Amino acid sequence: MGAIRLEKVKKTFGTLDVIPGVDLDINDGEFVVFVGPSGCGKSTLLRLIAGLEDVTDGKILINGTDVATEAPAKRGLSMVFQSYALYPHMTVYNNIAFGLKMAGESKEVIEEKVQSAAKILNLTDYLERRPSALSGGQRQRVAIGRAIVRNPAAFLFDEPLSNLDAALRVNMRLEITGLHQELKTTMIYVTHDQVEAMTMADKIVVLQAGRVEQVGKPMELYNSPANKFVAGFIGSPKMNFLGGELAKKYDCHEIGIRPEHVAVSTENGEIPATVKIAEHLGAETYLHVEADGYGPMTVRATGEVPLGEHDKIFLTPEQDRIHRFDAHGLALGKS
Amino acid sequence: MSTRASTLTGRIMSAPSIIVLFLWMAVPLGMTIYFSFLRYNLLSPGMEEWIGTLNYEFFLTDPAFFASLANTLLLVGSVLVITVVGGILLGLMLDQPIFGRGILRLLVIAPFFIMPTVNALVWKNLLMDPVSGMFAWIASLFGLPAIDWFTNAPLTSIIIMVSWQWLPFAVLILLTALQSLDRDQKEAAQMDGAGPVSIFFYITLPHLSRAITVVVLIETIFLLTVFAEIFVTTGGGPGLATTNIAFLVYTQALLQFDVGGASAGGIVAVILANIVAIFLIRLIGKNLDK
Repeated sequence: MGAIRLEKVKKTFGTLDVIPGVDLDINDGEFVVFVGPSGCGKSTLLRLIAGLEDVTDGKILINGTDVATEAPAKRGLSMVFQSYALYPHMTVYNNIAFGLKMAGESKEVIEEKVQSAAKILNLTDYLERRPSALSGGQRQRVAIGRAIVRNPAAFLFDEPLSNLDAALRVNMRLEITGLHQELKTTMIYVTHDQVEAMTMADKIVVLQAGRVEQVGKPMELYNSPANKFVAGFIGSPKMNFLGGELAKKYDCHEIGIRPEHVAVSTENGEIPATVKIAEHLGAETYLHVEADGYGPMTVRATGEVPLGEHDKIFLTPEQDRIHRFDAHGLALGKS
Repeated sequence: MSTRASTLTGRIMSAPSIIVLFLWMAVPLGMTIYFSFLRYNLLSPGMEEWIGTLNYEFFLTDPAFFASLANTLLLVGSVLVITVVGGILLGLMLDQPIFGRGILRLLVIAPFFIMPTVNALVWKNLLMDPVSGMFAWIASLFGLPAIDWFTNAPLTSIIIMVSWQWLPFAVLILLTALQSLDRDQKEAAQMDGAGPVSIFFYITLPHLSRAITVVVLIETIFLLTVFAEIFVTTGGGPGLATTNIAFLVYTQALLQFDVGGASAGGIVAVILANIVAIFLIRLIGKNLDK
């Protein structure tokens, strides 16, 4: 059981408002991802929930009890750190067992729990090793193992994959998602990588400057972002924002269109453009173009497209995929 | 850079300093060993003759030798314990964000820059003197009799002085080690439910083990040869109460003018230092491999 509710949670460092006041509901068993650019306060928010920072004001309710002033260990949460924070002088076994030992569990209980966690995470053969003798992915798993054995109300992950190489990151992403399906425990996951957010989350919380910009399912954020910031942050490559004539035509300040929702033609279309750089990836091609009257745009074409520098092309946004924004960057409904 | 030519050039270029260093060490050592087998007293010049191991027999069966050996070990052991424990405590304190931390750190390091003779003079005349010393004055404030430190607790006095001198070194090494402790590890332990005491014993202390090893090894090397503090204050007395091996060798050579006996004592001291070093390296040197 791990339902977490934040009520007007506030954090200031000196005179700096890092988190001006956040309200958030996290349901039991949900995989929630906090995502935002660096310095947006997502890690601070996680640390507030963990109890590693004191809240300046507000309530943190875990299963209905306010824990805002409780010690970290009393909150029943486990955390996986970006640096893994394994204890270097202890074996893998002792690393995983440490929390149980501190909780005063008996040797038999510890043995049983550590072994079962090691089995889930494929660490059984490494229990007697020290962290320095493990690979990055294995260390990551030990850190997760240390979190699992305490049987927490919720797991907190602080950018856990950012120290791994690209291939391993994809694997670990799947492993963590698999783990969530198996354990069905609430997980809060902090990342700056919107791909991780989109692929893993049940619910994404987009943060900017300590404020919650939007909360929703991945596809909700993708299909109907609440504002320009969310629209630009979710999805890769970034959404294109166009003003001028085209915006007027749609009766708004600016329109947004994702690179994958623009049709490319060499003969005719709505916006004439010149290709600056073409990135050929085989399965898809990214065209970085200069659109006449609108400036630089990115277009994603599927498959191999025989276009290169200086080629003249025409772009046509898909009508029903156009996002409209007002002068304050807030999304207007579909026209 | 490691072609055969450059390696050869490197060897040729560094040879002079290596040769000088070797001579600097080997010649005195060789001469000391040679003298230790001679009857060689400065009071009777020209009468030097080969007497085999007689000097060693005299030195090792001298009751002063055992007394000074015990003093040496007691001095080294006590100072090590005081500086390591005190160094950890002070290090922990200076690692906290307290007011005036920069100045406090500077003050803590200061004693290390004071030369041993001056250190001893300050303690002897300004602090521990039973008439004009500060400790006597403090005692008088409470209506207590002044303690004559160098008469009643001579070795303890030396230990206090030497500890004061070496504490900054321990603090310096241990503080830098403390600062390199990953904050995440402490926080992870906090999440795991460890209190400050558990964090200290399970996380901080193991992290410090390597630094402690360094402190113990380096201090031992220097503490085996403590001399100035004894020479300036007690002169090895009362009796033999504060005579360590180094001071005993000095009395042999320069008070009794027995160069042969002193050389034998010097060689014994070298051997003892090596025994201690081997023992220490075996005991705690494993920490350095990690």
